[in-house]
Amino acid sequence: MRLWDRLMCYCRKRSPWLFHLNSGSCNGCDIEIVAALAPRYDAEQLGVRIEGSPRHADILCVTGPVTKNAVCAIKTVYGQVCGPKAVVAIGSCPATTNVFIDSRTLDGPLGKHIPVDVFVPGCPPRPDAIIEGVAKAAEILAQRGSKPIEPVLTDEPANAEVQA
Amino acid sequence: MNLLTALARLLIFPGILFAIPAAWFFLWVERKSVAMMQGRIGPPFMQPFYDFIKLLGKGTPPRTGIVGGLMRAWPLIAVSTAAGAVGLLPVLPSSGGFQGDLILLLALLEVPSICIIAAGFTSRSIFGEIGSAREAVLSVSYNVVFLLAIISVAASQHTFRLEALAQAPATPLRWVGILAILICLPAKLHLNPFSLPNAEQEIYSGPMVEFAGPELAMWELSHGLEWVAATGLVATLIAPQMAFWGLSALVFVALSFGIVLLLSALAAATARLAIDTTVRFYWQCTIIFAVLAVSSALFMRLRS
Ligand code: SF4
Repeated sequence: MRLWDRLMCYCRKRSPWLFHLNSGSCNGCDIEIVAALAPRYDAEQLGVRIEGSPRHADILCVTGPVTKNAVCAIKTVYGQVCGPKAVVAIGSCPATTNVFIDSRTLDGPLGKHIPVDVFVPGCPPRPDAIIEGVAKAAEILAQRGSKPIEPVLTDEPANAEVQA
Repeated sequence: MNLLTALARLLIFPGILFAIPAAWFFLWVERKSVAMMQGRIGPPFMQPFYDFIKLLGKGTPPRTGIVGGLMRAWPLIAVSTAAGAVGLLPVLPSSGGFQGDLILLLALLEVPSICIIAAGFTSRSIFGEIGSAREAVLSVSYNVVFLLAIISVAASQHTFRLEALAQAPATPLRWVGILAILICLPAKLHLNPFSLPNAEQEIYSGPMVEFAGPELAMWELSHGLEWVAATGLVATLIAPQMAFWGLSALVFVALSFGIVLLLSALAAATARLAIDTTVRFYWQCTIIFAVLAVSSALFMRLRS
């Protein structure tokens, strides 16, 4: 059984699947995520794969300063990712709301709504920083998976159904 | 003895013991060759294995009742039928026992895609339903060509028995049929020009959208097994007959590998087509080819 746990831990570390969630970003960070997967940086060497559905993902990559409209979507998507899961906040926006601070359309930063494991600062961060952040999140994920209790920190129950 | 060889074929070679590592290997070859064609390094060799184990350890969303049961059942049915199809491939010269025929093999090959269609509708997600509808349209289009091509191969050899088909010499007619089968394989395996049922960007990976954890792991495995079965079918049709069984196994593996490389290169070099273009491609362009193959096979048969 211990062998199986160690194997699982290793495999979790080597196979982080991402779901990219844009919470009102200026598109700068999103482009850098794409660049991290493109030939120059090639994150697939670490087993990283962008998934179409949050159900398939292990790591939620959130960009943007969290607009009021996006809050509900963020909670829904966070609820749809199956455990063990980790959240990476990409860019300065989700960490601090950055240049959009004091805007009345915002309800940021991201930490108010879902627990964030890794912050990757930068406006936008470099692709290698994003890859490093994802690799750190994968380590956290592997540790978290071996513990019996799941960190579920959202106060409202997330809406598990896909809203068409 | 017969039972033993049949069991050995189903469980060892080319059955489960060979098929599952081969499925992971082919999935890796697919991703690696796409990466190399794009100038990337690509995933490590063990990546599909890591993905599989990781998915086994993930949670699934709580589902109860008949929907929950069906959502767990579809991937299992898909995996078992795909594994059965691989087990039926006439790679080794058999010594009696249950052999099955081409019709059984085709039926088993078809079940995974029916499971995918059903799974998308069971998941009740709008994206899943769109994906399933696309898969259904796609399967109606390519299957006509695929079945006609298979019939032409069988008719040119006067038999539906897999063993006899694998041993028969390759005639020019048979090559036409094999070519038509090859044209259908990208659609059968959801590869790039025809990957619209599981389009990640437009419909959130289609029928698979609601599957997570072990269920998704089973879908990945069934996709890999479909790779092995579909390329294996073509490989057995192409492979020359060998006297020594080890050699024929080796030729089978090498030929399958070559076909995987060919299909992955095609997938990397092309972009996804729209559904109407795909349907037109199969119904207008390729079907002429398949009808030609079948009619010439029948004509040859009448003459002889
Ligand atoms: S951190 Fe900078 S680049 Fe990224 S979304 Fe915010 S403003 Fe745009």
